[in-house]
Amino acid sequence: MTMRIFVSRDAGAVAVGADDVALALEQAATERGVAIEIVRTGSRGLYWLEPMIEVATVQGRVAFGPVSESDVASVLDAMVADGPHALRLGVTEEIPWLKRQSRLTFARCGVIDPRSVEDYRAHSGYKGLERALMLNSDAILADVTTSGLRGRGGAGFPTGIKWKTVAQTSADRKYIVCNADEGDSGTFADRMIMEGDPFVVIEGMTIAAVAVGATKGYIYIRSEYPHAVVAMKAAISAAERAGYLGPRIGGSNHDFDLEVRVGAGAYVCGEETSLLESLEGRRGIVRAKPPLPAHKGLFGKPTVINNVLSFAAIPFILAGGAKAYADFGTGRSRGTMPIQLAGNVKHGGLFEAPFGITLGELVDDIGGGTFTGRPVRAVQVGGPLGAYFPRALFDTPFDYEAFAARDGLIGHGGIVVFDDSVDMSKQARFAMEFCAIESCGKCTPCRIGSTRGVETIDKIRAGEHVAENIAVVEDLCNTMKFGSLCALGGFTPYPVMSALKHFREDFGPVPTRLQAAE
Amino acid sequence: MTPVYEPWNAGRGAEIIAEHSKLEGATLVILHALQEAFGYVPEPAIPMIASALNLSRAEVHGVFTFYHDFRREPAGRHVLKLCRAEACQAAGGDALAARAEAKLGIAIGNTTADERVTLEPIYCLGLCATAPSAMLDGRVVGRLDEARIDALVAEAQR
Repeated sequence: MTMRIFVSRDAGAVAVGADDVALALEQAATERGVAIEIVRTGSRGLYWLEPMIEVATVQGRVAFGPVSESDVASVLDAMVADGPHALRLGVTEEIPWLKRQSRLTFARCGVIDPRSVEDYRAHSGYKGLERALMLNSDAILADVTTSGLRGRGGAGFPTGIKWKTVAQTSADRKYIVCNADEGDSGTFADRMIMEGDPFVVIEGMTIAAVAVGATKGYIYIRSEYPHAVVAMKAAISAAERAGYLGPRIGGSNHDFDLEVRVGAGAYVCGEETSLLESLEGRRGIVRAKPPLPAHKGLFGKPTVINNVLSFAAIPFILAGGAKAYADFGTGRSRGTMPIQLAGNVKHGGLFEAPFGITLGELVDDIGGGTFTGRPVRAVQVGGPLGAYFPRALFDTPFDYEAFAARDGLIGHGGIVVFDDSVDMSKQARFAMEFCAIESCGKCTPCRIGSTRGVETIDKIRAGEHVAENIAVVEDLCNTMKFGSLCALGGFTPYPVMSALKHFREDFGPVPTRLQAAE
Repeated sequence: MTPVYEPWNAGRGAEIIAEHSKLEGATLVILHALQEAFGYVPEPAIPMIASALNLSRAEVHGVFTFYHDFRREPAGRHVLKLCRAEACQAAGGDALAARAEAKLGIAIGNTTADERVTLEPIYCLGLCATAPSAMLDGRVVGRLDEARIDALVAEAQR
């Protein structure tokens, strides 16, 4: 009997040798005369175990990892004999790190063949769209509202309200735009789902199109994600062939075309209005709001623009899961969040959990601390615009409001772990430098403030008039926070101010000690 | 794999522009396609795009210069991009970047004198759980350490 072996084609797995492992597997199988079929899936998200390979058995899939090329022959022998092996991890679904999760959005990621509509359908794919096609617009919007889903890109705006606004705006043409410009360091959930389960994104966008009456959609993917671009394009072609995209989708009266567009290395294009400008073929300069994209978006037409993860949450919700989705979570943060553990972390990867789990549980318990083995000193949550939190704040629950109450943000759900060798004044400087590099230049606080911020932090680091210059940085941050047009300039103060507040000792001697030394 | 590019040719450029000019908001698509063919966006292509899309030359120049990806001139034979963002910093990326700079004798953002290697920063490849990471001519590499960065640099110099 042919053995089915699953090897990830996710960029994160490929970066640590998954392609070489797949080749070595084929070779070892040929040498042994063992019949195998290699299925290239997405990643399960247990990155410290990548390349992780799985074999289908009667008990379910059994995983081995991390497998290097030199392990392949012995792993294959263990698979054939169903025998022990040092890298054998047991039944994949029973691995505690995976079992503890509530995978709603990522249910299929790492499981199915991301190029196959049939495989997607065999794992409950397109159930949401099939139901949506039997409902009217109001009923679809009611489901989205009931689920409590809020924008997963970071802003947390209620998705149901956004869609309703577009549905109620009349126009000759409406657009659905998927923001896949996932530029935040420490985040990779969009990339993973596009590479591992692209149809869920397509299905979510298609449901949005049906709900608001749009006929054309764009997925704007950053150029740093070439694997995701290939995966999405292949999935779109497959969906077209299967009649799920194009004219009369799924046999209904709705037409919907989808196209991938590739960014060009501008971080600011993750901001929705800048992304729309870029899609229109212009410089990625932020637009002033209002008008909202829901009223005047792409090419001036009403536009639903959502993050990849927001669209990817929709099929579960529309497949009768609105109430079940809302039952997860806490306070006003409903459902699950695909959280990404990154940086100097022992067990890094994708952990989808209901809102409410604490930062400490995520970093220490699930993440297992640092891979260097040194103590965790700081974590940055929410990308380059997110605050640095010290251990003292590890009781903060993962929830939009709880983070905001502590001058932080959850952003796109990325957590970057730093050990005690980190220099927080250097990190604060980097935040300003990054803003200076990536600023679109439209508003003064961001364009000039970030450059002045770098200069001033350099003075602090050199020990020049430390107290006075810290006051200047605080003042600059205040101006940027309240005077910038978008989140780039507006949120850069979060990492800077949090570093100053929680790690003051990294910014030179505090005034009292300075006096004592004199 | 070393990428192979065509030498600039106005006829071929016009063909590429015409192929995409009917798309909505075609400017970035065309710039990408030109760079893919020629390895950079040759100066004479800018007015050609402008006239094909009924835009001013200044508008197209503005778009071209806004985005970090587009090149005014060909890169080195190999392009090594090192992730310089926070997750890779946390995993020791700064020291590895300095090591690559020292080995190549150039600062990030430059090309070696023999035009073999262009060393560039990249702000996040989304490989943050297998950091530090890099990309050599489109191939992604994670879990970099001193030995792996040395091997990458040596490969790029070949």
